[in-house]
Amino acid sequence: MNRKLLREARLWLVAIPVLLWTLIPIYHIFLFSISTKDSAFSGKLWPDHPTLRNFGIVFRQEHFYLHHFWNQIWNSLWIAVAVGVLTLVVATTAAFAISRLKVRGGRTVMNAALFTYFIPAAFLAVPMYKAMGTYGLLNSRWSLVLAMVTLASPYAIWVLKQASDKLPWELDEAARIDGATPLQLFRLVYLPLMLPSLVAIGTYALLLAWNEYLYAFLLLSHENTIPLAVGLGHFLASDDSPWEILMATALIYALPPAAIYYAFRRYMVGGLTAGAVKS
Amino acid sequence: MLVFGVFVLYPVSYGLWLARNPASYQKLFEDPVFFRTVVNTIVFLLVAVNLKFILALFLSGFFVHERKWIRWLSVIFIIPWAVPAIPTIFSIRFMLNPEWGVINSLIFRLTGQDGPNWLTDPRLAMAMAILVHIWKALPFWTLILMAGRLAIPKELYEAASVDGASGWQKFRYVTWPSIRTLYVTSTLLSLIWTLGDFNSVYLLTGGQPADQTHVLATLGIRYIRLDQLDQAMATIVVALPFVLPLVYFMMKRLSADEQKAS
Repeated sequence: MNRKLLREARLWLVAIPVLLWTLIPIYHIFLFSISTKDSAFSGKLWPDHPTLRNFGIVFRQEHFYLHHFWNQIWNSLWIAVAVGVLTLVVATTAAFAISRLKVRGGRTVMNAALFTYFIPAAFLAVPMYKAMGTYGLLNSRWSLVLAMVTLASPYAIWVLKQASDKLPWELDEAARIDGATPLQLFRLVYLPLMLPSLVAIGTYALLLAWNEYLYAFLLLSHENTIPLAVGLGHFLASDDSPWEILMATALIYALPPAAIYYAFRRYMVGGLTAGAVKS
Repeated sequence: MLVFGVFVLYPVSYGLWLARNPASYQKLFEDPVFFRTVVNTIVFLLVAVNLKFILALFLSGFFVHERKWIRWLSVIFIIPWAVPAIPTIFSIRFMLNPEWGVINSLIFRLTGQDGPNWLTDPRLAMAMAILVHIWKALPFWTLILMAGRLAIPKELYEAASVDGASGWQKFRYVTWPSIRTLYVTSTLLSLIWTLGDFNSVYLLTGGQPADQTHVLATLGIRYIRLDQLDQAMATIVVALPFVLPLVYFMMKRLSADEQKAS
């Protein structure tokens, strides 16, 4: 009995630092967002008068940094959805062509996809910036959409190809014998079977785009086109920026992706670990 | 595939073409910031990746315990990975603010002394950037290593217990041989991704003070901001000899797996 207790105590000894380490920065955001300016800096663990006033300021765009808040959140949403949809279109068709139709050069495309997946996005940013300038897309929301689709596709193609390789060949053969064209095969057989993977990949691309900061601030600078991520960055322009309002905005920005992540966690973690454990 | 051509091949080759100018390299090497950046990058990589994986290895052993509350803890533990980088990194940045941040307030209240200048001392600032990186990336790798541990058949541990193996011996002779390949692959992949970690450094320090805390991933962006595209490109090209062998190695590993699987 004593030994069992000792083992439990040892587990808690690990658990408590882990919990604190994980939660303190998160709690710090939350604490600031419900504090008034004066009490935010008092160092208390819970404010004397918790308030939702900061959120009101954000939603009514009452602060200098927030004049375009709704516009920016709309941009974030628009960009994220566009990236999710376009990535799905590109990756699904590519994976179908490579895995089911066995087009020539499929292996090369797979290798190229893996190659770009492994090169850190921060290094591709410089040539991407230059290329978008050449295409005349700088400061258009499309530049960020296209850049993010480029970054999301390699992983998406790879995962979807792995998933579609697992579908039984007999289905394709049966459909072909019944006279299905490749397009019908794609629409009627392939897509329904791939649905779980498609949900996972769509979510992955959506979150990637919503969370992106580097590309967003490189490619977009006009206040009407920037997403919320860049808007948040503007708060740092001056030293006396209102932390409590920034934190309230940051919380609003972080909640949707966190919620989506947890809602689809089963798919996301499953897909990721399946890929990693094999290797 | 067209998308691929237009947005990957073209920028990459165009970038290489831009970077053909030898003068930009000379300028780059003469920039004192560059040398500092290379040193920073190497320190960042060595410390961050190793520390992260030792912690991940240890914590994955903790999270495989079958308790309900540990499963709940793992759900909380993944938060840093699940939320976007900006809010949390800003939060940490504020916590570390030397005048008003919660950490130095606490130090002042406990000791009556002013706390260190976390983000204006270049060394400390780099150390903090490493901590931020670990805070963010640790959950993911812990999860990966945990999946590796869970794939080990339970019978092996039972057999080891019957033979009277200690906890350390179980790790040494059962766990480690089973997850070694996964550990090495993960470390390499993490090495590449850590090299490309822009957020942890840029959002925390912005390269300040006096451009002393850049890494290669942020230096390229600094040159873009200064409108020196040639040097930005040269920075990336300088990093390529380190990145490409790693990428090549990873690809070999993965395609070897694929052939085994099919």
